[in-house]
Amino acid sequence: MEEKRNLLEIKDLVVQYVTDEAVICAVNGLNLSLGHGETLGLVGETGAGKTTTAKSVLRILPDPPAKIQSGEILVDGTNLLALTEKEMRKIRGNKISMIFQDPMTSLNPVLTVGDQIAEVIMLHQAKSKKEAYRLAGDMLELVGIERSRSKDYPHQFSGGMKQRVVIAIALACNPEILIADEPTTALDVTIQAQVLALMKELQEKYRTSLLMITHDLGIVADICDYVAIIYAGTIVEYGTKEQIFLNRFHPYTKGLFNCIPDIMRDDNRLIPIDGLMPDPGNLPEGCAFCERCPEAMDCCKNGMPDQKEIEPGHFVRCFLPYKEG
Amino acid sequence: MQETILEARHLKKYFPTSKGMLHAVDDVSFRIGRGETLGLVGESGCGKSTTGRVILRLLEATSGEILFDGTDICKLSKAQMREKRKDMQIIFQDPYSSIDPRKAVFEIIEEPLRVKRVCKTKQELAERVYELMELAGLSKRYINAYPHELDGGRRQRVGIARALALNPKFIVLDEPVSALDVSIQAQVLNLLQRRQEEMGLTYLFISHDLSVVKHISDHIAVMYLGQIVEYGDYQSIFKNPLHPYTKALLSAIPLPRIDLERNQILLEGDVASPIDPKPGCRFAGRCRYKTELCTKAEPEYTEYETGHFAACHCCKD
Amino acid sequence: MTENKQGQPSYKKRSTLPEVWRRFKKNRRAVVGLVILVILILVAAFANFLPYDPYKQSPSEALQTSSWSHLMGTDEFGRDILTRVCYGARLSIFIAFLATAFACVTGTILGAIAGYYGKKVETIIMRVMDILLAIPNMLLAIVVAAVLGAGAFNMMLAVAISNVPHYVRLMRSAVLSIQGQEYIEASRSVGATDWYIIKSHIIPNCLAPLIVQVTTRVGAAILICSSLSFIGVGISPPTAEWGAMLSKGKDFLREFPHLTVWPGLAIMITAFALNMLGDGLRDALDPKLKT
Repeated sequence: MEEKRNLLEIKDLVVQYVTDEAVICAVNGLNLSLGHGETLGLVGETGAGKTTTAKSVLRILPDPPAKIQSGEILVDGTNLLALTEKEMRKIRGNKISMIFQDPMTSLNPVLTVGDQIAEVIMLHQAKSKKEAYRLAGDMLELVGIERSRSKDYPHQFSGGMKQRVVIAIALACNPEILIADEPTTALDVTIQAQVLALMKELQEKYRTSLLMITHDLGIVADICDYVAIIYAGTIVEYGTKEQIFLNRFHPYTKGLFNCIPDIMRDDNRLIPIDGLMPDPGNLPEGCAFCERCPEAMDCCKNGMPDQKEIEPGHFVRCFLPYKEG
Repeated sequence: MQETILEARHLKKYFPTSKGMLHAVDDVSFRIGRGETLGLVGESGCGKSTTGRVILRLLEATSGEILFDGTDICKLSKAQMREKRKDMQIIFQDPYSSIDPRKAVFEIIEEPLRVKRVCKTKQELAERVYELMELAGLSKRYINAYPHELDGGRRQRVGIARALALNPKFIVLDEPVSALDVSIQAQVLNLLQRRQEEMGLTYLFISHDLSVVKHISDHIAVMYLGQIVEYGDYQSIFKNPLHPYTKALLSAIPLPRIDLERNQILLEGDVASPIDPKPGCRFAGRCRYKTELCTKAEPEYTEYETGHFAACHCCKD
Repeated sequence: MTENKQGQPSYKKRSTLPEVWRRFKKNRRAVVGLVILVILILVAAFANFLPYDPYKQSPSEALQTSSWSHLMGTDEFGRDILTRVCYGARLSIFIAFLATAFACVTGTILGAIAGYYGKKVETIIMRVMDILLAIPNMLLAIVVAAVLGAGAFNMMLAVAISNVPHYVRLMRSAVLSIQGQEYIEASRSVGATDWYIIKSHIIPNCLAPLIVQVTTRVGAAILICSSLSFIGVGISPPTAEWGAMLSKGKDFLREFPHLTVWPGLAIMITAFALNMLGDGLRDALDPKLKT
């Protein structure tokens, strides 16, 4: 098979939050890859390590307490973790940008939206002030906001409009990788649909690679090509959207799908996953899901299963395929 | 329909603001049958939470009647209302702000029992708290825990145990699962359904999440800018939505399915301001079927099929 | 956790104090502040065990600098400065605490009323407080002291009145923010009365910011007391009081600076200790920092 060169590759990433009282293992040996122009959905529940992973890529984790203990984050073959802070600043907002969950707090309330977009442009590109503001206007039009509103302040925009501005800022320098951390969670469904449609359109237009972090499998179905399911800091299942939605394998992935009320069906009771996610300060020795897993076996308690490719491009971290095979 | 337990008639709640009157709830009427669940759906700011609070008189209605078991509770005195409260309870959205951070689980659950002086002895009180914790699926070892030591799902269970304490007949559930993860959400939804069946509870289930509402409700009311635009049983709302807003809302739900072809209706623009709304249909600004009539006259709330109402000028045909 | 007969874990009231103490201990500066304050209080309490009398003049020993028999030297009347500083601590700390207690109780009640009932009551209380706040602290105290006359009690009253608005504002905003919380609504929805809600939810939740405020404002009160005495509207000599000592000492500032340095240091250290203690308490009492 021809070696496919991935744009973003995360290898064995381990991130811990170290405080006086405890060591919290947020990310434990996570592997992930994202190709050029692809969209990868990173799906998991609160505390699974989604946001920590995203922030590690940009190296914006608060240190202390967060520490990247080991692993590599390769972008186009360069390890971001080996770069100096100065080199890293050139990458942030330029090559890689991030959209945060809450548009209400990710904009600076005392600057106009035009200022905020132009700021990013001037930071990374040798453009005059006038040119930067002109480009800022273009960006606003791109996300469906009139150019004339660039002199408005964030509070003059509604939630959905603010998130559009945030997207405009993120795309201002035409990044190769866009990381979106739950970009629509704070929005209403009808507004969410608008923003998702916009993101999809822009992504296709600019061939930006998108890492979409979400807890909503519906959003994944809508815009992703690949899906990675994250649980307690590791990817438990990875594959194409079709593989995950039609041929899911890991008991956690199955459980996740069973939890969601399906409006196409009349089912009387949902099938919840019993129990809770293990405390990241005190992870079990074996598979982290084993206590909640309906198909747990004895070997699950003893060690962490390796990643296994059960069909081309479909990886699972579970002991079950070993049993059958 | 079952015998009516709660009926709201022309309920209005306006808030004075510096820019004008905010019409949070504007002429809302509905009824809920005993043992049923009415799902109240809408986007943020449509007045669904305010409706829930007005129903319980946690906010005083500007005008309108609320008939609970036949009595208009708006006319009750403060003391009479306090008495009535044991029949009507509320479970809040945010399990982080709805319980006092300085009280242990036991104190939180015991509060309603203590306020209403239900239990005569300490022993009886403790027994009842255990019973409630069990009903809410909360392990007894958390009895001394403080809220910050519990996760969101368990905190919500504390809220549920507390709401069940006085054996209410009717509970307002204000987005009870929105703050929870999907796997926990399913656990809590199942718990709520089980308690409803066993205790014959009536629910007003307020949520922005249509799939959750459909899962739990018998009837659904869709709210937009302070008004109910469509009402019907859950099947007719989903199979045959009449109002253009309901249609858009349904098509906007991200479905975790890739084997379906869907026509998404994307709504233009944002929700209009609820401050001194313009005459005519509130949805007209975003509606693609808009006619001249829509901006002039407020559409009437009409029954199109048995038990299926909508307020729209355009869905007649 | 204790177990009762059926083997069920039973409810046991758990005090939050050990937890607060655990977090407080970690903050080194706060502990230093506390230690200094405890020493000061002990010194004040046992001042009469010192070998000298703070008021007995012995002109033969006047204006000595530090020596083994007078660690801080003597003043112009030959009184031992160390002794006077210790007696001064007694007065300063006592007046400051009393003034703060008075201001705190009055302010808290007024603030809680303003916050809980709102409307006209609130407007009246808050406008009066605004007027009080608009007058500089010192000036207000001077006016009160000037009207009522000098003396320990009047000074205490002056300091208290100038402090009241701070507590009113703090309490009002605390009550307002707590009132907006859903657990207050939750409590109302089970039929709790106003008084029950104030007693069991609002007051316990306001306590933390109040304690912090009290600690830091005691320091401020000590400063105001000393300043008032210094300019002559507070406690007048010969009473041993830090501000009064400073005031007298300033006449000898060039030749005998030790007359002003020691009481000045005492004021500074006390205010400093109280501020550090207040900061530490703020961190220790904040439930958001609970781990």
